[in-house]
Amino acid sequence: MSRLEMPTPSRSQLVIEQLYKELERRIEASPPGLCPVDITRAFLELCHAQTCGKCAPCRIGLLQLKHLITDVLNGKATMETLTLMENTALSIMESADCAIGHEAARMVYQSLIGCRDDYEQHIRVGRCTCTYSQPVPCVTLCPAHVDIPGYIALVREGRHADAIRLIRKDNPFPTTCGFICEHPCEARCRRNMVDDAINIRGLKRVAADRAGHVPPPKNAPSTGKTVAVVGGGPGGLSAAYYLQLMGHQVTVFEMLPQLGGMLRYGIPNYRLPKDRLDDDIQAILETGVQVEYGKRIGRDITIEELRKNYDAVLVSIGASTDKKLGMEHEDAPGVVSAVEFLRTVGQGEPMDLNGQEVAVVGGGNVSMDAVRTAVRLGAKKVSIVYRRRVADMTALPAEIEGAMAEGVEIRTLQAPARIETDENGHVKGLWTTPQMISAIRDGRASVKASGEEEQFIPCTTLIVAVGQSIETKHFQEAGLPVERGKILTENSGGFSDIPGVFAGGDCATGPATVIKAIAAAKVVAANIDEYLGYNHKITCDVEIPEPDLADKSPCGRVELTERQACERIRDFEGVENCMTDKEACQEAGRCLRCDHFGFGLFKGGREKVW
Amino acid sequence: MVNLTIDGLAIRAPKGTTIMEAAAQNNIAIPKLCFLKEINEIAACRVCVVELEGKERLITACNNVVEEGMVIYTNSPKVRRDRRNTVQLILSQHDCKCATCFRNGNCALQNIASDLNIHELPFEERLERQPWDQNFPLIRDSAKCIKCMRCVQICDKVQSLNIWDLEGTGSRSTINVTGHRTIGEADCSLCGQCITHCPVGALHERDDTEQVWQAIADPKKVVVAQVAPAVRAAWGEQLGLAREEATVGKIMDSLKRMGVDYVFDTTFSADLTIMEEGTEFLGRFTRGETKEKPMFTSCCPGWIRFIKSQYPHLVPQLSTAKSPQQMFGAVMKSYFAQAIGRSPEDIYTLSIMPCVAKKGERNMELFDGEYAGHDVDAVLTTRELVRMMRSAHIRPDTLVDRPCDDLMQAGSGAGVIFGATGGVMEAALRTAYYVVMGENPPADAFKQVRSQGQGTGVTTAEFHLGDAVVRTAVVSGLGNTRRLLEQIEKGEVAYDFVEVMACPGGCVGGGGQPIHDGEELAFERGKNLYALDSSAALRFSHENPDVQRLYAEYLGEPMSHRAHQLLHTDHNAWTMPRKQR
Repeated sequence: MSRLEMPTPSRSQLVIEQLYKELERRIEASPPGLCPVDITRAFLELCHAQTCGKCAPCRIGLLQLKHLITDVLNGKATMETLTLMENTALSIMESADCAIGHEAARMVYQSLIGCRDDYEQHIRVGRCTCTYSQPVPCVTLCPAHVDIPGYIALVREGRHADAIRLIRKDNPFPTTCGFICEHPCEARCRRNMVDDAINIRGLKRVAADRAGHVPPPKNAPSTGKTVAVVGGGPGGLSAAYYLQLMGHQVTVFEMLPQLGGMLRYGIPNYRLPKDRLDDDIQAILETGVQVEYGKRIGRDITIEELRKNYDAVLVSIGASTDKKLGMEHEDAPGVVSAVEFLRTVGQGEPMDLNGQEVAVVGGGNVSMDAVRTAVRLGAKKVSIVYRRRVADMTALPAEIEGAMAEGVEIRTLQAPARIETDENGHVKGLWTTPQMISAIRDGRASVKASGEEEQFIPCTTLIVAVGQSIETKHFQEAGLPVERGKILTENSGGFSDIPGVFAGGDCATGPATVIKAIAAAKVVAANIDEYLGYNHKITCDVEIPEPDLADKSPCGRVELTERQACERIRDFEGVENCMTDKEACQEAGRCLRCDHFGFGLFKGGREKVW
Repeated sequence: MVNLTIDGLAIRAPKGTTIMEAAAQNNIAIPKLCFLKEINEIAACRVCVVELEGKERLITACNNVVEEGMVIYTNSPKVRRDRRNTVQLILSQHDCKCATCFRNGNCALQNIASDLNIHELPFEERLERQPWDQNFPLIRDSAKCIKCMRCVQICDKVQSLNIWDLEGTGSRSTINVTGHRTIGEADCSLCGQCITHCPVGALHERDDTEQVWQAIADPKKVVVAQVAPAVRAAWGEQLGLAREEATVGKIMDSLKRMGVDYVFDTTFSADLTIMEEGTEFLGRFTRGETKEKPMFTSCCPGWIRFIKSQYPHLVPQLSTAKSPQQMFGAVMKSYFAQAIGRSPEDIYTLSIMPCVAKKGERNMELFDGEYAGHDVDAVLTTRELVRMMRSAHIRPDTLVDRPCDDLMQAGSGAGVIFGATGGVMEAALRTAYYVVMGENPPADAFKQVRSQGQGTGVTTAEFHLGDAVVRTAVVSGLGNTRRLLEQIEKGEVAYDFVEVMACPGGCVGGGGQPIHDGEELAFERGKNLYALDSSAALRFSHENPDVQRLYAEYLGEPMSHRAHQLLHTDHNAWTMPRKQR
């Protein structure tokens, strides 16, 4: 026998490793709304199976917790049971020998504290009051509740125009979203339980690319009512679209020369080509929406005037004011906000960065847009300065990867300390305080100064991308409630004491995503319709293909490819390539059709009308 | 030195001291359950948790060392709550029928539950029931096991046999015999160290007392008892008798009062063993057979089981002499039966031993003329003897010194020290010297082979017997034994005569002795035996008049044909499960 041996995993070990991965994906795809008590019990079972058996609190304590929680589920518990569970969990947390025990108990403890009502409900009512709330995960998780299985099935059959029609029932920006949607729909895709989520956004892009011009449906007969929409971004335009379809006459007030808001003036062309954005806007305008350009609320028009002249007013001005670092010299020449920087590009008057060193502060998507744009404007060196780690950045991983592929330097764990200017007052560079990663607070790793020497990052252009807010002054004056830089609306999008005025999108939620702005637009459009005294329905009569009965054997997910980095950085043309028809067919074929299989067939599978 | 505060008391303790030790040195008792010094310091039971100021989680006192400036609370509300909760959890998986437990009144869990004032369990009792061969001398009750892991550790670290291990994972993890074997299939030496180190009643010897009561009650049976040397050194512990009060004569009295017909002292057959084994050794030694590989003693059945399972090729090196227990049994059923005019079938031989392995050894068969049976019919441990006394409602203070019965009454001090490690060697050397030199050596001439303390594993010495030098080694504890055998096998060391006792410290530390949680008493008990030896009238086995008479009237001489028939054995007559590969 050898003194030491190389370990080789057994077959069963390998199988279990694989099952662990599958379980991870399954948890990822776990539908929300499940009974917290039962899920805690299930977690506890798993945790207890991991016990080595050495220390008593873990070996016996978790077992007893499991029995107690089962008693709760079986209606055999009393309120004292909860006290006992709480004490036992706490005791295990404090006295188990290793993390297998104390962290398992912590989960139970957190569940007991955080989901107390559910536990008590089980005890009081003797039955679970939770109901399955996510029959079709992608549809539930899409803020606009787009009929995803429906349009995927249409794409599979090559009925791209029908797919666009179906999407527009809930989202008038199918092309835009095909390019840049953050696709929350994919997060809990049930296909994760088999292999990987469906590339939903990619398939939408396929529909948008292949459909050609698809005219909007006919408007309902005119109601004679008028609606003013302030702001021509995705939220305002979506609301305008639906209100117009409902038979109301909408006028959009846009402060900039063209429609699209952040889609045009924030998101760079290489991510969302402007001609493609125009496809969506064109269709919206075809419904008869009127637009007044160059009109800025608070300057050229007021809420009061609009309320006087229109039957309803919707404020959807987005969030386009920059947040500041709050540092001296932030107004120095060469220091620019990301929104301002990107807007100049969107307006066709880009800054000349040839041969310059550019630093961008921030780790969000806007920051990625700024650096990648700076690269395309000829900068010699572009750096991201971020106070945490790459893993902590809020930007989409694909955007970060894209930036890195394009030669952007990422300087993590550097907190901006001060801006240095040259003798002319122009920015010369940024001093940063090195940070180290530290305790996790509210689920996110915090940082603290590492004590190392300050670093100097030379730059001739410093772009600040640390968030956006809205200009609230005018709204406050007009009597709209404003809190923490946002307009505070009711859930309906309206205000209790200002009838006829509504707000939605980033200005009400803070900077968010296109699809959230569209979702908000649906809500306010429906509520404005009702406010105006109507109950118009938005429907789509496209017939959805029956699901195929093929086995859903595991198959890789089709990812969209990108143009070569060395080539794409020379222009602002789109970076991402579309799928081939063959790929699209395969990818669409992976869809499990949760509208047909599982709970979806029973309840909530398809909302045909809203 | 490190400065710290425990329960408000400023304490200085040497660096490296555990919190538990530092507290104990300052009379602050921290309760513990699984802890066994140097054997089981694994912080499994969590009963010794203490609060370290500034920390959310509690820490265990048994395996964490003191640090400068520590502020520790051993009984804060958090400690009390968690400790209590943990003990309640342990109790929820422990068969709490204390009244019927072997360890009732001598149980660490019972004590801690009582100390913590626990009188009800908030948790439902969930007991594990594993099947177990109730006829095996060693019995495990899974419903009482608290998974402290001491049995695993004592068997691994001290006895090197790895009989026990944690089996299964997660909620199903439990203790069981390693390698998915039953205990009967395992190479267990039956040393019983796992029993004496179990904090609760999860491990115990097979109780044979009822069978003995039946034999006593049977008018056809003549119950003849023998009491091993080590029993006298420990039996009084459980009855609250001081060492000097707990004499062997009082054991004899108790046996008689319980109805045993004849009582004898195993020191007699220890002397007999010396005559046989000593003679055998001198033969092998003078023939040069011990030059490369020694002759091993054969008194200890735990050792016999060990060598047969672990080093079967060394079995020929064992003395063929039976152990004193078996020799006495054989003599009782032949010489003694004849003397009292009864047939061997009528004789029920009972031995009181400090040992669990003796219960296995008694399976050895005796064929003598018409008789086919066993040398020994029942073996009781010291603990069972005490249980019998209690069940007979014998008040220890009423016991008197009663001599053994005639014919085999005498026993030498050399026989008494059989109960301590080194005793067999010393007794043998005293007689060997006499045989070779024709005169007695000073009685304490060979005291070099005695243990120097509880931790003594191996003692080696060389002695001159005339021109010859006898190289001796004495070892106790099977882990120590394994190390010694490995050295012998590799030729690193060579001895002529090696005494092996399976239990650390010898029979005084035997697996059948009274249990004192966390204490190792073998060395202390051994002192008692050496004191008895030094004050004994007889110091040499060959001077035992009753042994001399036995030879003169019945056996002839040591190693005679008759002696072989009754007093020697074939170690290959029975099989033992081999060590697992």
